[in-house]
Amino acid sequence: MIDFAPLSLFAVYSAMAVYTVAFLFFTWDLAKRSASTPALVMANGEASPPSPSSANSAPTATGYQRIGISLMALGFAFHVFATVSRGLAASRVPWANMFEFGLTATTLIVAVFLGSLLWRDLRYLGAFVSGFVLLALGIVTVNFYVDVVPLPPALQSGWLVIHVFVASLATSFFALAAGLSILQLVRARLEAHEMAKARLMKTIPASSVLEALAYRLNVVGFVLWTFTLIAGAIWAERAWGRYWGWDTKEVWTFVIWVLFAGYVHARATRGWRGSRSAWLGIIGFGAVLFNYTVVNIAFTGLHSYSGL
Amino acid sequence: MEPLRPSDFDDGTPAPAPQMPALGVAGWGRFAWRQLTSMRTALFLLLLLAIAAIPGSLVPQRSSDPNGVLAWKRDDPELFEILDRFQLFDSFSSIWFSSIYLLLFISLIGCILPRTQHHLKALRQPPPAIPQRLERLEHFERKEVPGDPAGLSELAETVVKQRGYRIAREDDGVSGERGYLRETANLVFHFALVGILVALGLGTGYKYQGQRVIIEGQTFTNQLTSYDTFNPGRFFSESSLEPYSLTLRSFTPTYQFDVTTGRTNPLDFAAAIGVTEPDSLSETLLRVNEPLDVQGTSIYLLGNGFAPWITVTSSSGEVVFSQPVPFLPQDANLTSLGVVKIPDGLETQLGMIGFFYPSAIELDTGALTSVYPEPDKPVLTLNVFEGDLGLNEGIPRNVYSLDTSTLTQITGGDTGQDSLVLALGEKAELPGGRASVEFSELRRFISVDIHRDPTQIPVALCAGLIMLGLVVSLFITRRRVWIRVVGAKGSTSMVEFAALARGDDPGLARELKDLVANFSQEAESRMKQR
Repeated sequence: MIDFAPLSLFAVYSAMAVYTVAFLFFTWDLAKRSASTPALVMANGEASPPSPSSANSAPTATGYQRIGISLMALGFAFHVFATVSRGLAASRVPWANMFEFGLTATTLIVAVFLGSLLWRDLRYLGAFVSGFVLLALGIVTVNFYVDVVPLPPALQSGWLVIHVFVASLATSFFALAAGLSILQLVRARLEAHEMAKARLMKTIPASSVLEALAYRLNVVGFVLWTFTLIAGAIWAERAWGRYWGWDTKEVWTFVIWVLFAGYVHARATRGWRGSRSAWLGIIGFGAVLFNYTVVNIAFTGLHSYSGL
Repeated sequence: MEPLRPSDFDDGTPAPAPQMPALGVAGWGRFAWRQLTSMRTALFLLLLLAIAAIPGSLVPQRSSDPNGVLAWKRDDPELFEILDRFQLFDSFSSIWFSSIYLLLFISLIGCILPRTQHHLKALRQPPPAIPQRLERLEHFERKEVPGDPAGLSELAETVVKQRGYRIAREDDGVSGERGYLRETANLVFHFALVGILVALGLGTGYKYQGQRVIIEGQTFTNQLTSYDTFNPGRFFSESSLEPYSLTLRSFTPTYQFDVTTGRTNPLDFAAAIGVTEPDSLSETLLRVNEPLDVQGTSIYLLGNGFAPWITVTSSSGEVVFSQPVPFLPQDANLTSLGVVKIPDGLETQLGMIGFFYPSAIELDTGALTSVYPEPDKPVLTLNVFEGDLGLNEGIPRNVYSLDTSTLTQITGGDTGQDSLVLALGEKAELPGGRASVEFSELRRFISVDIHRDPTQIPVALCAGLIMLGLVVSLFITRRRVWIRVVGAKGSTSMVEFAALARGDDPGLARELKDLVANFSQEAESRMKQR
């Protein structure tokens, strides 16, 4: 039988190498754009985003961006191979310990990013996504790597497949939305100061457009997170004998849910639309990252499956 | 009719002029109520709730980690005292946490009740009249369409209705509105949240939860005295315990030894259980992740270990103690710690503390350790104490601990006598011929958790509604469309189309385009048919 574990690791490193090059192209593209005068200024606060057909020929699509996206797709192929072969090596779903969550969640971030390109032109997020995924993959592989071990009885449940996968998927939507919210904040600041010189920022959509996009992604993430919470409660009832017990991981899952519930309300509250709700979204994603890293490693609780 | 929203609701349209409350007590009351039920207050309370939950993850909680709380108390009694005064070890039932979520729920109820009333009214009313000047709307189109005004106006009704809108017919056109389900689902979501709180409030009092260790061959009967520990809800009564009993036939773990890491990984734990109910008897398997349901209670497999059968015989040959004693696992290879107490039958009471090693090997230091969780080479070591065990004072004592401060050690430690080291089936004499101790048999035990939780079903139901309400309310949009025939021009007429949505609706432009295309097509085909 083929030993898939080293193959998977090799694919992880290959994906990282390709993402690095993609990141360089995306940042080079940004640098070029800030240096040259853009062909089109999308500074009007128009609310209707470009349709898919016009997105392909949008003036923001530079050659560097196209190369970057192609490289992202190539890296994604390696990435998917790494995740799938990890699953084959363990003969189960590849998300049963911290390294594996990280691997799967980063795969999903890239998947959601590439998938969202069919929906809207978000290529300006390329640098953020490739940079974030590269960093996350590096940290996960270097610090959290563990060898394949069989599932302990507590994890042997169909809910592992559903609960953890949906949590990873929610994370990837929150990640993209956070990227958009960060851009939105920067863009809003430039709009406020009418910085005509900041050409870079004028090549990305207006802050109100970014806000609407971030909201859509966060809403999908929020629905998935709600499902994660409920599925987790059902599993906890099966495995631990209670559906909710304020275990540290449960506390943070709750905190994140409430933060994003707050975000959804903030978007509909006078005085909170715009930058304030963007901050809430970013803080929410920060809490997601905290929940994955610090809570897993430093806090004691029932979710002690990091494998570290 | 627009869905009712708090005064500071913002969907991206300009704010209405602020309304000043009337003076007087009623006015101020209304003002306070409006503040409490406003979006801003709800948002503030939500964020406060998120922040208030955090300490509960930083400090151990009595509900989820009682041992962690005890360790805190021991390590830093002064800080413990201060934190305990602020209920930080019971965060989630504390006054401050409760007041935040109760305020939040009052604000929520205050918001959704009037909204429900308003929505029920809106459901019975036709969509509002066609606006005077449609061309002022952002999504507007004017088109020349074949047909006479009366026929087209009638066609408009058919087309708009077919597209799923509720309609109000007027002389010169039609007004349509759809997406009422959005508000319905939104209200369902919020009511389900309230439902969870109500279910918890009503059901928690009837809960109970107990733990019990069952040794192979033993039978547990569901009655209060059978439990090792028991936590009843406020309204629990002993007579409400379901009549059944559980017998542990055998327990079978499956392990895998990882050659590269030297670690042992558990693969499966399965307990064969006989369940006796008043009118039936059944055999079943209890596993992790697969609780048993017996008469509305759930039985969970939480732990397992070994219970060496220890037989103590007095110098006169009388058996004074003979039973399996559960030893509590201390590590992954089931090195286990246990206590034996022999209050009767000997001249002085005897107490023993010892370790059990399922697969014992001797380390270089001479100490024993277990290298595998299966009983490949079971060894029992015991330190023996004599004296008053303190069992006759009526104070409940933990069966898993032995207070040696008032006892005299007779084997192990500094006594000059070796600890007892017994392989399975071996027997040893205590110094001075006091008694003999035999490790006569090895059994396994499981620890089970038995719960009755009447909140489960209503909470699960509400969770389902929450999910459903959320998905529907976030992905359905409320839209209005209008078609008006403005004038005839020979065999054609001029028709105006417009669409409007509240809040984000990226698909609105497309909806209008489709409507216009749909309508023109129908009009043309009608023309041809004539």
